Amino acid sequence: MRTLLGLSGVLGVTAIVAGFGGGAPALQGGATITGKIKFTGKAPANPVIDMSEEPKCKAKYSSPPREETVVVNPNGTLANVFVYVKAGLPASYKAPAPAGPVTLDQDGCRYHPHVLGIMVGQTLEIKNSDGILHNIKAKGAKNRPFNISQPTTMTSTRTFTAPEVMVPLECNVHGWMHAWLGVLPHPFFAVSGGDGSFAIKGLPPGTYTIEAWHEKYGTQTATVTVTGSETKTVDFSYAAK
Amino acid sequence: MRWWLPLEGSTFAGEVDGLFLAILIITGIAFVVVELGLVWFVIRYRARPDRKAYYTHGNTRAEVIWTAIPAVTMVALGLVSNHYWVQIKGRHSVPPDAYPIAIHAKQFEWQVTYPGPDGKLGTADDFTIRNQLHVPAGRPVEVHLSSEDVIHSFFVPVFRVKQDAVPGMDIRAWFVATVPGTYELGCAELCGLGHYRMRAQVFVHTPADYDAWLTQAAQEASQ
Amino acid sequence: MTSVAAAAHVAPAHHAERSFVRRYIFSTDHKIIGIQFLFTSLFFLLVGGLLAMQMRWQLGFPGKPMPGGGILPDTMAPGGVILPEYYIQLVTMHGTFMVFFAIMPLLVGVYANFLIPLKIGTHDMAFPRINMWSYWTFLAAGVVMLASLFVPDGAARAGWTMYVPLSARHDLSGASLGQELWSVSIILVGLSSILGSLNYITTVINNRAPGMTWFRLPLSVWALFITAILGLLALPVLSGAAIMLLFDQILGTHFFDPAAGGQALLWQHLFWFFGHPEVYILILPAMGMVSDIIANGSRKPIFGYHSMVFAIIAIAFLGWIVWGHHMFMSGMNPTLGSSFMVSTLVIAVPSAVKTFNWLGTMWRGNLRFTVPMLNAVAFVAMFVIGGLSGIYMAATPVDMFIHDTYFIVAHIHYVLFGGSLFALFAAITFWFPKMFGRMMSERWGKVHFWLTFVFYNLTFFPMHILGMAGHMRRIYDPTQYDFLKPYQPLNEFISVSAFLLFAAQAIFVVNFCWSLFKGQKAPQNPWQDNGLEWSLPSPAPHGNWATTPTVYRGPYEYSSPLVAEDYLPQYRKLPTDREPAAAPVAGH
Repeated sequence: MRTLLGLSGVLGVTAIVAGFGGGAPALQGGATITGKIKFTGKAPANPVIDMSEEPKCKAKYSSPPREETVVVNPNGTLANVFVYVKAGLPASYKAPAPAGPVTLDQDGCRYHPHVLGIMVGQTLEIKNSDGILHNIKAKGAKNRPFNISQPTTMTSTRTFTAPEVMVPLECNVHGWMHAWLGVLPHPFFAVSGGDGSFAIKGLPPGTYTIEAWHEKYGTQTATVTVTGSETKTVDFSYAAK
Repeated sequence: MRWWLPLEGSTFAGEVDGLFLAILIITGIAFVVVELGLVWFVIRYRARPDRKAYYTHGNTRAEVIWTAIPAVTMVALGLVSNHYWVQIKGRHSVPPDAYPIAIHAKQFEWQVTYPGPDGKLGTADDFTIRNQLHVPAGRPVEVHLSSEDVIHSFFVPVFRVKQDAVPGMDIRAWFVATVPGTYELGCAELCGLGHYRMRAQVFVHTPADYDAWLTQAAQEASQ
Repeated sequence: MTSVAAAAHVAPAHHAERSFVRRYIFSTDHKIIGIQFLFTSLFFLLVGGLLAMQMRWQLGFPGKPMPGGGILPDTMAPGGVILPEYYIQLVTMHGTFMVFFAIMPLLVGVYANFLIPLKIGTHDMAFPRINMWSYWTFLAAGVVMLASLFVPDGAARAGWTMYVPLSARHDLSGASLGQELWSVSIILVGLSSILGSLNYITTVINNRAPGMTWFRLPLSVWALFITAILGLLALPVLSGAAIMLLFDQILGTHFFDPAAGGQALLWQHLFWFFGHPEVYILILPAMGMVSDIIANGSRKPIFGYHSMVFAIIAIAFLGWIVWGHHMFMSGMNPTLGSSFMVSTLVIAVPSAVKTFNWLGTMWRGNLRFTVPMLNAVAFVAMFVIGGLSGIYMAATPVDMFIHDTYFIVAHIHYVLFGGSLFALFAAITFWFPKMFGRMMSERWGKVHFWLTFVFYNLTFFPMHILGMAGHMRRIYDPTQYDFLKPYQPLNEFISVSAFLLFAAQAIFVVNFCWSLFKGQKAPQNPWQDNGLEWSLPSPAPHGNWATTPTVYRGPYEYSSPLVAEDYLPQYRKLPTDREPAAAPVAGH
């Protein structure tokens, strides 16, 4: 009797431990897709933001800030382009959400970063560094919309349950504040930065559809096949309209 | 802390305040008569063992008097009030050469569109500023109110002007500002969590300053 | 036995024994139903008060952590600091609970139920089972409304007036289930009210005892009767509007959404067409009961009884044609502003008539300042202030300035608290012996009265000043506005007064609860009142009278020259009295 109990106990613990390993194995890959987002043509002027109604934010700027709809870098590349793996991962692929949060900060009455990505189930930490009222309205179509206020310096957290490219975020107290959040079931996404480049690392071997998304200029796709630990380059190019 | 109404900053502020004062006098008299009467009765007619109350069911003449006097007063008040109401809010009350400004209320800001140098709304030289209402003193301004989402209410205390902005409706309100200075506009209809912060600054300029501001603002907007 | 003695000892009824559940839980006895309404509504009055305390904390001390706020979840008050979206939930739910779940059921659910059969001389309501249902739908509505505070995304938050499109569209308000539960609860509370009204109207028309002619009805019964008619006609409009709102919220209709072809103003017309008669529902029973209590306390007949009746009817009738005065600034046709202004100014007249008649009743009376009388006289004093402040808003040019400011909040609270709630303190104390067979403590009733009276005025009178400054309603943080910053000390003063006012109510609660069990046993007619209910033992037994009482005179024959005592009950037969004709309506 005792042996039976002990045996079932060991089996049970083993099963639990195995279960915690995650359903299908998270495929660890070593391939990288990297590239640049080029921008051709004359960069449009981003309108100046008049923050006179919010002196605390206005005081944080030495010269009036501009909207971030089209941010063209000095090297002729486009920043704030969200690049991600749209298709190509095996159907059984599951990646657990990282324990660490993604932080969105409201500072100087602007969202930092302007475009960001997060995994399904990962915590979004929304910080109010300004100490004045902001509200964060998330207008998701697949994710439940929410609208919460932060009247003072504080941090709120939210998680997202469904993949969605992109969830618009806005502040209704400061109508110029906009951000874009991409929610994905996997960690294979990046946002182009100040040099217009992006890098998606740790990909398992396979053929992938990569999509680039820009808030004004829309989406473009490309197909890439990677194996082993190779690095492949895919560039995108947007033209001024 | 001011115990009375705010600064009279428009042409009809004086009329509104005058009506307020008239009502204060009327209701003040009623208040004093009733409350003092009540206190007097409470003291004078407290129960005493040797007293009996005066057995009466009423007095028709008293009823007629204290029905007629309030009725006449209310009718008179109504006639006077209506005169000003029609003048300020009536369908044909907007002065003919009023300067048009469009105010689009949105959770939680006021988008103020100026007609630009050509003085007409809806043309290419219009420009929009958030949360700042600039008006010239001494000139009628007609506000074209609209709403993006929910009911808001355009309220400038010193002008004594208040008008709801209703989604789906184009509503007009007018005023003539009289005292140059900087004032505030607040939303006076609960519109959501940011209702308390739906504030705009109101700048009443002298006519010369206004022209200067308009030129500069139009220039900045076109950049 | 002489006929006087026989009349004085009208025999109470006896019934076969029923189970505890049938007697006290699922009871069809109008008195038990009234007491059920009393306990439930007093609980909701407490809920409404707690919501107000949180509001006043935020207004007096904006952005500071509230003592005890730690128990609230982070979605409401992280670190005890009330969030703006929680603040507007507090505003909304305070108004909702106080209007629908406290004042209305306390005045109507309690006193229409308890008093009408007793005061007209019948054994119960015309439809006792429907009456029972009116309580249980009320309780269900209250539970739903309470639940809405605890659902994800929080409670309704568009003000108790629930203006659209804010209330209809979740993407604009940030609420979801809570708004829908509000609609459901209101539909249920409307149903409760309608079921009750059916009973009150039918019973008063059909079941009056012999001799109880219309113009011998006490003013409390007149007021409750007229109120029931208002309720029967007005609540269906609210329920209908709430159904349309619920459909917009969950079924994808667009009655009220201008973006999809609906009309925002439609809600306001529907709501206020109900809403204005509603506020007369909230005051007329109070006026009626105050009349009874002032006549009793003055030991004098009511001055101008017929005028009082016609004034009640006039107020109720005119109440149907003034609703637009809540909408002067709404964008509706300004010509309607003129017509509604006239009708609103006119409705001040019958209220003035009633006030003068109360004064006339006290004039040359022999005033006994018991707790009910103190509260009733305070009603008159405070209602006058509330009524007079209404004249400012009736005058449309002035309303342009004071609409949606604290001047309106002052007006509401002077008529609802200074008026209705003081009347309720009077009524609860006055009829406590007939309900429970015991007296409430007179001494603690007086302490409660004076503390309440003082702190109440300190709380609400300064709101007139705030309104005159242009201080808007329902704003979470007045210090955002430069023109309001100088008034922050006054806001703080009001908040502190409100806290003290709330604390003082503990005296009433303790007095009420303690007296239920330990109060002095009540005699049959402790107030030496003339009403039929005082011919029964205290507490009144199930079934009331074994044989129908007979009525010989009007309800206010105090200090009559016909007898030595200073009261002469309706049921007492004098040698000079003739028997009345048969019961006014057959089938008694």
